[in-house]
Amino acid sequence: MTTTKPAEPKTITLNMGPQHPSTHGVLRVKLELDGERVIHAEPIIGYLHTGIEKTMESKLYYKALPATDRIDYLAPMSNNLGYCLAVEKLMDIEVPDKVKWARVCLAELTRVSSHLVWLGTHALDLGAASMLLYAFRERESIVDIYEACGGQRMMTSYIRIGGLSKDLPTDFDKKVRNIIKTIREKIKDYETLLSENPIFINRTKGVAVISADDAINYSLSGPLLRGSGVNYDVRKANPYSGYENFNFVVPLGKNGDAYDRYLIRLEEMRQSLNIAEQAINGMPEGPYRAHVPGVVLPPKEDVLYKMESLIFHFKIITDGFKAPVGSVYQAIESPKGELGFFITGDGTNKPRRVRVRPPSFVNLGSLPKLSEGSLLSDVICAIGSIDIVLGEVDR
Amino acid sequence: MKDELTSFLNERFAGGILAVEEFRSQISYRIKPEALFLICETLQKDGQFAVKYLADITCVDWLGHEREKEGRFEVVYNLYSYRYKYRFFLNVRLNPDRPKVASLTPIWKGANWLEREVFDLFGIIFEGHPNLTKIVTPDELEGHPLRKDFPLTWEQPHFSWNKDDPPEVIK
Amino acid sequence: MGLEESIPDSIILTQLDKMVNWARKRSMWPLGFGLACCAIEMISTFASHFDLARYGMEVMRASPRQADLMIVAGRVSVKMAPVVKTLYEQMPNPKWVISMGACASCGGVFNNYALVQGVDRIIPVDIYVPGCPPRPEQLMDGILKLFEKVEKDSLKKKHEEWGRQTV
Repeated sequence: MTTTKPAEPKTITLNMGPQHPSTHGVLRVKLELDGERVIHAEPIIGYLHTGIEKTMESKLYYKALPATDRIDYLAPMSNNLGYCLAVEKLMDIEVPDKVKWARVCLAELTRVSSHLVWLGTHALDLGAASMLLYAFRERESIVDIYEACGGQRMMTSYIRIGGLSKDLPTDFDKKVRNIIKTIREKIKDYETLLSENPIFINRTKGVAVISADDAINYSLSGPLLRGSGVNYDVRKANPYSGYENFNFVVPLGKNGDAYDRYLIRLEEMRQSLNIAEQAINGMPEGPYRAHVPGVVLPPKEDVLYKMESLIFHFKIITDGFKAPVGSVYQAIESPKGELGFFITGDGTNKPRRVRVRPPSFVNLGSLPKLSEGSLLSDVICAIGSIDIVLGEVDR
Repeated sequence: MKDELTSFLNERFAGGILAVEEFRSQISYRIKPEALFLICETLQKDGQFAVKYLADITCVDWLGHEREKEGRFEVVYNLYSYRYKYRFFLNVRLNPDRPKVASLTPIWKGANWLEREVFDLFGIIFEGHPNLTKIVTPDELEGHPLRKDFPLTWEQPHFSWNKDDPPEVIK
Repeated sequence: MGLEESIPDSIILTQLDKMVNWARKRSMWPLGFGLACCAIEMISTFASHFDLARYGMEVMRASPRQADLMIVAGRVSVKMAPVVKTLYEQMPNPKWVISMGACASCGGVFNNYALVQGVDRIIPVDIYVPGCPPRPEQLMDGILKLFEKVEKDSLKKKHEEWGRQTV
């Protein structure tokens, strides 16, 4: 007669590998499961490490600019803006008003484009597969503007040190007004599709909750922090590039779950369209580059006709400008959170240290906290609602 | 805000603060490595200053520059206060023979991954960190890539493909 | 796998070749393997503006066991290289690889310690599509050139020869 003991509960270790349709890139998550419940979720990153910071430190300030496009590739103009603002702070350059207004307009359109991609992929993960097609259809019109401005669909490098690379195109006004009108109506369509949908609400309400104190302790920023009720937006707290002249509202959430973050991002899209409209209505006239000889490249029309502009152009492209010894930090509100650039100059023409403070990297560190005790399918929802871009996490 | 914070820090930690630097309206306090944990704990818990947000931890390698004589590695802590909307920095200078400093993980949980990254890329050891391992670089890579004596690349591009000599295919 | 193994050596077939190649090229299923920025342009190509389903690539399979075509879209870092090789080996024959973008073809903008300078150091590549990132029309052009290449295939090629570059 043998008696068998009941089996003790054991945990399974499951690997959500780097190649997975829902991890938005090459993210690997090591899950420890007890049945369907997650006990511990540990993200393992580094599968897209490119050494962008070291590459930027080996080039002149101007030539390091295109590498910033590739950090967060869904919002390329925001990265350009952050880097240029940091270098302008280091060299103490003041830009004309038209540049500030144009930069704000483009940054807000970038925010709309990034949130559209987030909406498409997040809804695809949760089951609403047609949202991906709608989101990418709207994104095509914004990418059309990028192509008109900078010549390239995604990595434009349009925002340069001291201004813009070329003047705004002549039909910029008409195109942006068209986009604002179209996307405003489409956002109403997305709301009817998703906001009251019982399946969507069941999958996102009460999922991936984080409290306000925990959010501050984990150094979170962006919609992840504002979903828990903390009112911190870099555009309102420390305004840059003329944001103090625009009227907009920063939406806040209450519960800190995935549904609140969804509503916050939808509302941010609407507010961004408002800001873009104000920027277009009040766009001032003037030069599109600052006039700082020796540091900022002269405009191309002058280079072709004036001698001293040609000489400055040649000197700046081959030799660069010498930066003072010291460090600056400039933070902007990118669609993912607080994106910061910490640049240290050391008296030569190359930076000593370019540090990108990546919002997705710091936000992803809270994934174990967001997913403890939840079901396996809620981990997918948590990863989607943090809104990560792997190019920024690994750099 | 800047003067009150400076006088508060100077009273409480008289030996800890070595210098106050200001560059482009940005204040950084150079402090001793031993005093770092106590200063951060006091600033976070204090009622008046309430610095609750640790934005960033990074490091600068001053190899080959005249600033190296005060310490080759400069670890920079980026702190922000929500109430006063004020940002300031704490600098710690370390030498390469003893690159150790206390970890801030008990105070701010967000410091966990930031310190792991600084360890991975520069080799600074944070004492008291729960899991100080590599995070971004591949496991086979030895050394710390962002130091100035680590080369950027080991190979240069060469252009050798032509029709008479097609490339070898890897099987 | 495939028809190559079940045909004895001494038979030459032309009409069967044409039919099999037509079937293979008009229903290739790509593996969803987007790594970085080029992945966004790949998704744009599959979306409704530049529809790629009209060429037969209706579904993007998540598992390598069910896919024919691997589009390596994005920069391949040193940590990711063994994963790419494992995925390539898991795909059943016949299989093709398109290397999309400058970073996958030759290392691209980044010539440093952390990236594999071109994915053809690890796996054999059929078509290279340059660009940073390539426009959706460029990717479609690359896919159409791959179809032309598949048309010239013959069933006499044994399965050990898969993966060798034929000009």
